Amino acid sequence: MSYSFQFGEILANGDLLLRGLKLTVLLFALAFSGALVCGLFIGLARGSARRLPNLIATAYIELFRNTPVLVQLIWFYYAMPALTGWQPTAFTAAALGLFLNTSAYCAEIWRAGLQSLPAGQWEAGRAIGMSEWQLLRRIVVPQAIARMVPAFTNRGVELAKMTSIASTITVQELMYEAKMLSTQTFLPLETFTVVAVIYFVLIYPGTLAAYALERRLNSKGA
Amino acid sequence: MQYVWDFRPVWLNFGVLLEGLVNTLKLSGFSIGLGLVIGLVLALGRLAPTRFLSIPATAIIEFYRNTPPLVHFFWYFYGLPILTGISLTPFAAAAAALSVQSGAFFAEVFRGGIVSVERGQWEAGRAIGMGHAQLMRRIILPQAFRRMIPPLMERSFELVKTTSLAATLTYGELVYKAMVLATQTYRPMEIYSTIAVMFFTVLFLASLGMRAVEHRLARRAAR
Amino acid sequence: MADATPVLAVEGLRKSFGPNEVLKGIDLKVGAGERIAILGSSGSGKSTFLRCINFMETPSAGRIVLDGAPIGTQGRGGVLAAKSAELRRLRTRVGMIFQQFNLFPHMTVLENVMEGPVTVKGLKREEARAKAQDYLKRVGLAEKADQYPQRLSGGQQQRVAIARALAMEPEILLFDEPTSSLDPELVGEVLDVILGLSQEGRTMLLVTHELGFAYHFATRVLFLHEGRIHEQGTPDEVLKNPGQERTQAFLRRFSAFHF
Ligand SMILES: Nc1ncnc2c1ncn2[C@@H]1O[C@H](COP(=O)(O)OP(=O)(O)OP(=O)(O)O)[C@@H](O)[C@H]1O
Ligand SMILES: [Mg+2]
Repeated sequence: MSYSFQFGEILANGDLLLRGLKLTVLLFALAFSGALVCGLFIGLARGSARRLPNLIATAYIELFRNTPVLVQLIWFYYAMPALTGWQPTAFTAAALGLFLNTSAYCAEIWRAGLQSLPAGQWEAGRAIGMSEWQLLRRIVVPQAIARMVPAFTNRGVELAKMTSIASTITVQELMYEAKMLSTQTFLPLETFTVVAVIYFVLIYPGTLAAYALERRLNSKGA
Repeated sequence: MQYVWDFRPVWLNFGVLLEGLVNTLKLSGFSIGLGLVIGLVLALGRLAPTRFLSIPATAIIEFYRNTPPLVHFFWYFYGLPILTGISLTPFAAAAAALSVQSGAFFAEVFRGGIVSVERGQWEAGRAIGMGHAQLMRRIILPQAFRRMIPPLMERSFELVKTTSLAATLTYGELVYKAMVLATQTYRPMEIYSTIAVMFFTVLFLASLGMRAVEHRLARRAAR
Repeated sequence: MADATPVLAVEGLRKSFGPNEVLKGIDLKVGAGERIAILGSSGSGKSTFLRCINFMETPSAGRIVLDGAPIGTQGRGGVLAAKSAELRRLRTRVGMIFQQFNLFPHMTVLENVMEGPVTVKGLKREEARAKAQDYLKRVGLAEKADQYPQRLSGGQQQRVAIARALAMEPEILLFDEPTSSLDPELVGEVLDVILGLSQEGRTMLLVTHELGFAYHFATRVLFLHEGRIHEQGTPDEVLKNPGQERTQAFLRRFSAFHF
């Protein structure tokens, strides 16, 4: 029980972790920005009264929400090339998988957010002759967005945690570098402790922001 | 693009995949059970009137909710034995990581349910002389429980998906079995698609079941 | 009443919420069998006053003395702290009825009334059941024993809440606007039950806006203003010939007020 920690050696290899961290952030940024936008369109289709778009969007959302991300990433990296002949790099496969996965969750947030708006707002916009797109951009989204920001923030937190799974298909992000480092130094306890703390420091502000946003929203009585 | 599907390797080895699925469910069931216990302890700790309990409970909850599960899998498998001198099997390490982490999430569900009970209920209990523990057990938890069931189930489905990470510790759950089969048969497309369908079937059926339960709860609440 | 030890004595009671001092020094002695109606405009501190008596709110200063024994550890400024066991004992002796009833929705009416005697006082279930049925009969709801509270009207719910408080066999009952969240046609049945209790010689403190009821119910009326007892006396003195201008102004606002 009198184990003496050797954090020094891990910190000496900080540049390695930093390199991984950059890729983690890049993965996150690509997947999240894409999913926020793509989610809107899937969400619109999901909320649509028309049969076909609704069906496709529902199937898409259910498929991605009811299978593990790990399986999705593996599928894009190892399985899809056999079918399409296109072999994405590990990074591309991971970014694609995370993006599509997060899009499915964002779609549900968009749908709920858009539906939370009273029907009168849509009607008022139509009554002054706005197109659906104008309506969305000028009337609906600006009002719904405040209500959706906490949920999106939570989703961002989930995505940030998910990026670590990219290491399993050899993307050299933070978790991958950590595994390397732990075998090089024979210090897995220190390595994974340090890496857990790095993730926490990165992700926790997001959670705190979501708490604060929710509280502000509730106190506004929205 | 001319891909020739060949599902024969899948059918021939379907028993292996089923075994993997059983292991997935075994790991899930065990971790959910343990996670619920840990979650309840953490929630009561966080809500306890003394800081001595509430601060550590809050720290554990927040730490585990805001770090990736994969790190914990590795920490429990490769790191913890160094500290304790007891090495864990892949199953034990995965179960430990999963139960503690989902315990943190369950704790928030419990806490959310507990604080959602109206203030008047706490006051009425206190007004007839109940102490904190009696109040929780007799008045608050029975009412909170009903509201907790849907989010607890949702969280449990998340856990089932997360068990797939145990493959990285070479525990023989569904994904791990699939990886082994894929390298043996050179049929990744068919095998990974099959396990995706297997996960989907289990989880989708479970979520349909959850909706039915939710529906019944909503009806009973309107009693 | 001055010679015997009062059942309840409030001495120099103050209560602040942060910088907001709601009660600014209240002194009151309540003799056995006294019925005190507390009036005052919204925000004058009526609820806070009642809630300090059974320590639902901890007083900031001053003392609460039950049957000659002060509650909690005493410091120079009054009560410092009270152990939770002592508070629980206090609350079995001082019952409270809330404006919002606060019945337990997951228990039947009978179970609601049995809950305190069984869980807090440790009575046997059969004994508690008999007692609960007794009190339900007293409030006229014996036949509702096996219903869930949501099925009952507001007036019925409040009567159950009264039975629940009575089942603890408290020495003092506190009512905080017991009819304020009831539809007008349901107010009467609850007031009748409370009047019935006053014939049993129970000690009661009641916050109300029903001036007519206060007149018939009370042996003494207090008018609370800005955290102080502004005027007190018999119902005739305070309600018919108030000496203070504020009391007069307050009473004038109740135009539809007949004795
Ligand atoms: N828990 C609390 N925290 C902060 N302020 C409080 C709290 N409870 C009461 N107050 C404040 O104390 C003041 C008196 O409140 P109280 O509820 O005692 O008034 P009241 O006379 O019962 O009024 P009403 O007739 O509306 O019930 C109010 O200004 C209120 O905002
Ligand atoms: Mg009040």
